[in-house]
Amino acid sequence: MTALLVVLGAMAGAPLRLLAERLAAARRGPGSVVGTAAVNVAGSAVLGFLLGLGGVPAWLLALVGTGFCGTLTTFSTLGADVVRLGGEGRSGRAAAYLGGTLVLGIGAAAGAYGAAALL
Amino acid sequence: MLPDDRAGGQGDSQVFGYLAAALGGALGALGRWGTAEALPRETDGWPWATLLVNVTGCLVLGLLIGLVFARSPGSAWLRPFLGTGVLGGFTTFSAFALETVQLTDAGRPGPAAAYVVVSVVGGVAASALGIVAGRTRAPTG
Repeated sequence: MTALLVVLGAMAGAPLRLLAERLAAARRGPGSVVGTAAVNVAGSAVLGFLLGLGGVPAWLLALVGTGFCGTLTTFSTLGADVVRLGGEGRSGRAAAYLGGTLVLGIGAAAGAYGAAALL
Repeated sequence: MLPDDRAGGQGDSQVFGYLAAALGGALGALGRWGTAEALPRETDGWPWATLLVNVTGCLVLGLLIGLVFARSPGSAWLRPFLGTGVLGGFTTFSAFALETVQLTDAGRPGPAAAYVVVSVVGGVAASALGIVAGRTRAPTG
């Protein structure tokens, strides 16, 4: 049952990330990392909110947390894009992308976690 | 025949990519969930499962980029299925971010900072290693 909920959440999260990547590529040119950055920050905020609430039922954590947020966000594409930008001689951009994702992503997670705990 | 971005049918192949990503994402997420089940952690404990999926996922995506994607740049489904889907779903940024927040919240800022450094350095190094190894081993011509 839990596996099914994880699958359902993942089947929404992965296409949404692909949509964000394609929108960013269409607007800002191929290779844009803005789409991946946006979903990583947004997914961290949603998961932070969910866990900050506390006492959330296990089925909701599996569906929205492990399934949707876990799959909406990605670490492998982040790593690959940082290496790609560095390899293109754009080390400054690679560092800004990596640092920006970390600060905004962990910041969004912390903010949402703290805000939900106040509810 | 699978649809191909370069051969027209742009709309169909776009939809095909989303379906491929959904299917691959489901498989990747199941792998991540299974890893977390096998390596459970306390809220203030070291997140071995997430670290493991993130670093190995970076390595495998790097290998795929050199070995597979570079050889089939026009495929409408290969990268959405394996890259966006399977590896994107297997690895996660949100759990990494929340585990960092929870470690800090539990009064363990040292391990939290170490977790960020190990994940980022390990992930980027694994990506670089995978990309270089994949490119080197990819048959040319």
